[in-house]
Amino acid sequence: MDRESQGGSPTRRRIILLAAAGLGFGPFAVPGAATRISMDEAIRGLIGEAPVERGKVKLEVPPIVENGNTVSLTISVDNPMTEADHVASIHVFNQKNPQPYVAAFHLGPRAGRASVSTRIRLADSQEVVAIARLSDGSFWSDGADVIVTLAACTEQ
Amino acid sequence: MARVLINLPQRAKRGEIIEIKTLIAHPMETGYRLDNTGTAIPRDIINRFVCTYNGEEVFRAELFPAIAANPFIAFFTTATESGELAFSWTDDHGQTQTEIRKINVE
Repeated sequence: MDRESQGGSPTRRRIILLAAAGLGFGPFAVPGAATRISMDEAIRGLIGEAPVERGKVKLEVPPIVENGNTVSLTISVDNPMTEADHVASIHVFNQKNPQPYVAAFHLGPRAGRASVSTRIRLADSQEVVAIARLSDGSFWSDGADVIVTLAACTEQ
Repeated sequence: MARVLINLPQRAKRGEIIEIKTLIAHPMETGYRLDNTGTAIPRDIINRFVCTYNGEEVFRAELFPAIAANPFIAFFTTATESGELAFSWTDDHGQTQTEIRKINVE
């Protein structure tokens, strides 16, 4: 890995890329961009034809973030965690990153509380969606719009 | 071995729900970035994280390039018995790093 992309600030990198593009090197194609699937297709791949209801899930993400390279995210599901009735998994999707998948978390009755936190990247201002699958097979979701001032570097 | 931070209580009451916070040092290279010559930097991420409690899986995560560098994951589990919690991170090369923490349940 070269030093510039490792240590240089995103702004500096962007300037270098723009300069390179101006010199006739660009445009910079993202590998696999043509085969990229949308968030809706990715969600369909998870849930199939099952209905998704709004509710139970709470997606906490700041409405405006300065740096898309680290965005704190907390997903909690208001549901008991018993053997008979629990949250089986939580899936996170985004709209405009090169890939619609962000993460999948698999829980069980031993979790006690269905709440997960992580930090994600956002390449643009966009919607983030969390979908929870309960042990009875039903799906619940929540979404949030995030405005990103400085996008995560995908260099496209 | 990458540097790891794991935060969980050393002791807990039986049945108490405890929060576990984990962080591992890793660049999480997305595979979508280009270097100065316009060549794609190959993807290198941690794609799997598993936590087991005395051998039984209590939490598992599948991670994608949209997870920020130095992946941070916080989750909950019920303190059922004294013993060991094992945390494993697996990267794209199939290498796994495992850390063990003990917990005392009264």
